[in-house]
Amino acid sequence: MQIKTMATYAANGETPEILFWVGCAGSFDQRAQKITKAFATILDKTGVQFAILGKEESCTGDPARRAGNEFIFQMMAQNNIQLLNMYGVKKIVTACPHCFNILKNEYPALGGNYEVIHHTTFLQSLIDEGKIRMKEGGAFKGKKITYHDSCYLGRGNNIYEAPRKVLETLDAELVEMKRCRSKGLCCGAGGAQMFKEEEKGNTRINFERGREAVDTGASVIAANCPFCMTMLTDGVKETGKEDEVKVLDIAELIAMNME
Amino acid sequence: MRIVQELLFIIAFSVAVYLFSTKVRQIRRNILLGRDEDLNDHPDLRWKNVLLLAFGQKKMFRNPMVAVLHFFVYAGFIIINLEILEIILDGILGTHRVFVSVLGSLYPVLIGAFEVLAVLVILGCAIFLIRRNILKLRRFISKDLDGWPRSDANYILITEIVLMTLFLTMNTADQQMQLRGSAHYVTTGPFLITGSLAPLFSGLSDGTLVGLERGGWWLHILGVLAFLNYLPYSKHLHIILAFPNAYFASLEPMGEMENMPAVQREVQLMLQPELAASEPAPEGIPKFGAKDVSDLSWKNLLDAYSCTECGRCSAACPANLTGKTLSPRKIMMDTRDRLEEVGRNINANGTFTDDGKTLLRNYITEEELRACTTCNACVQECPVSISPLDIILQLRRHLVMEESSAPTEWTGMFSNIENNMAPWKFSMDDRDKWAEEMNQ
Repeated sequence: MQIKTMATYAANGETPEILFWVGCAGSFDQRAQKITKAFATILDKTGVQFAILGKEESCTGDPARRAGNEFIFQMMAQNNIQLLNMYGVKKIVTACPHCFNILKNEYPALGGNYEVIHHTTFLQSLIDEGKIRMKEGGAFKGKKITYHDSCYLGRGNNIYEAPRKVLETLDAELVEMKRCRSKGLCCGAGGAQMFKEEEKGNTRINFERGREAVDTGASVIAANCPFCMTMLTDGVKETGKEDEVKVLDIAELIAMNME
Repeated sequence: MRIVQELLFIIAFSVAVYLFSTKVRQIRRNILLGRDEDLNDHPDLRWKNVLLLAFGQKKMFRNPMVAVLHFFVYAGFIIINLEILEIILDGILGTHRVFVSVLGSLYPVLIGAFEVLAVLVILGCAIFLIRRNILKLRRFISKDLDGWPRSDANYILITEIVLMTLFLTMNTADQQMQLRGSAHYVTTGPFLITGSLAPLFSGLSDGTLVGLERGGWWLHILGVLAFLNYLPYSKHLHIILAFPNAYFASLEPMGEMENMPAVQREVQLMLQPELAASEPAPEGIPKFGAKDVSDLSWKNLLDAYSCTECGRCSAACPANLTGKTLSPRKIMMDTRDRLEEVGRNINANGTFTDDGKTLLRNYITEEELRACTTCNACVQECPVSISPLDIILQLRRHLVMEESSAPTEWTGMFSNIENNMAPWKFSMDDRDKWAEEMNQ
């Protein structure tokens, strides 16, 4: 497989169909790299012509902005926008809801206007177009899967159904947690919490959410966000069920079951 | 006698309206202490929000049982104003049931409908009292509500029950007097509820009945006027402000955080110094984030006055659920308390004189602000479009940008982003390592 950068495309005087915005977690976090690879594999198999920014990509500035540091956010955002505009990027797909939200909703005020799509929505469109076909009797047939709504995809951008539609193609039984969709419980990582200790409380947010997910009796917790992935994995570990219950990204589930 | 009653009524009514309008002007002034924010775009979408959220109570129906009870109380309140209008006209003109001549046979039907609502209001309020004081639901017993807020809620519910009972007593006595053919009591035909209650009063003398009817009438309207003046001091103000608050609700996706043009401009000049010459210098030193109520936008302050302290926000807040000090409801109550304090300061001194206090720290602690995951559950739950998150984020901006106050892990995260273009300390060159691995 050959993953090309925007720079390579530009050098050949070409523009790819989409830019795959990988994000910091997807680039550096070992667990999240697997999501990135799974999604890149799907793009490659379905023949979507895509590029990454590679070494030229920077943090979108989301954690800095949410923590209150607007200066660092603006520095990141303005640099990124200059770069994206220079390459004439029109369409961006990302596997991180935080990158998705900020690129889609907050970059336009700074002159960055792109069509931004979260990977779950993109996967749904590939399925709808018939480009993704699932294996007969895939690994998850008849198994229970529960889906965790990330705040920045769900409440933040009102996307609840696309990820569920994707999961339906796995032929698994989709079970909902008590708190789902617009009532979903945060994994505890948003708003730059990922990068510091939680404040003092009775328990941790991810322990609470992990327990709730395990209580559904599902053997797979489907996530759509690399931060939720880390938090939920720790949450499941806390319940001692890490051998029976796996936390997997929707892209990984699809990559495993594609023809 | 009649003229004395008319005079007394006009005096009571004028005093009540005067006091209410004075307080309303103060609240308006307090709200306008906030930073300017233009929220007049897309009037069509905004009116839709008013219809759905305020009139239609759309978000209340996330919990259908409570929504139905609340709807009774709400509909009772809105519709019974027609009946209050008649009472006011009767009071000023010295007439009795002035609308009978206008509405004719429709009149008893309307009053009957109001009576049904009155009964439903009593039912709703009684159940709400039980939920608060006997069942003790989590969101009603949390310590945010200790003291005045808890009593306030009970006073409101009890007052509504008393007012509705007075209305029904007055009508029952009236119906009995009609049955006796008293000249003063215009024959209207039976009212739906009190028409069948009237026989209960058959043993009473004419004098007692007139006393009950007049007593009910006076106490009902004086109670309403007193309640009107209680509103601005109470969380119950939401019955008025829910409407403008729905109109000015944010139309952006919840995930979107407000831009700061002042910072945008500074960074732009830093990255592209060639722009500096053509740009006019900004006036004054911009403030970054909010420290006190006057740094927040007027919509944040309207939010504070619109909050009825129902606690749906805090009940859904992941930080609050896991025992952190953060409570979005408390953020709103603190903002209103501080704003009222600033208002009293202005009333006393003409203009605001520094009292050495601020919303940040004197009311809201850093610990509360730090615990927020920006998950938007509080914003999602609020039935009247309040955003506690918006206030939290503005206070966080002040902490970080004006005071350089951040947990050490965040300071590290900031410098990692600045130096390595990622919140973790990894080399930029490794960013596409995963791709190289796949390309092999």
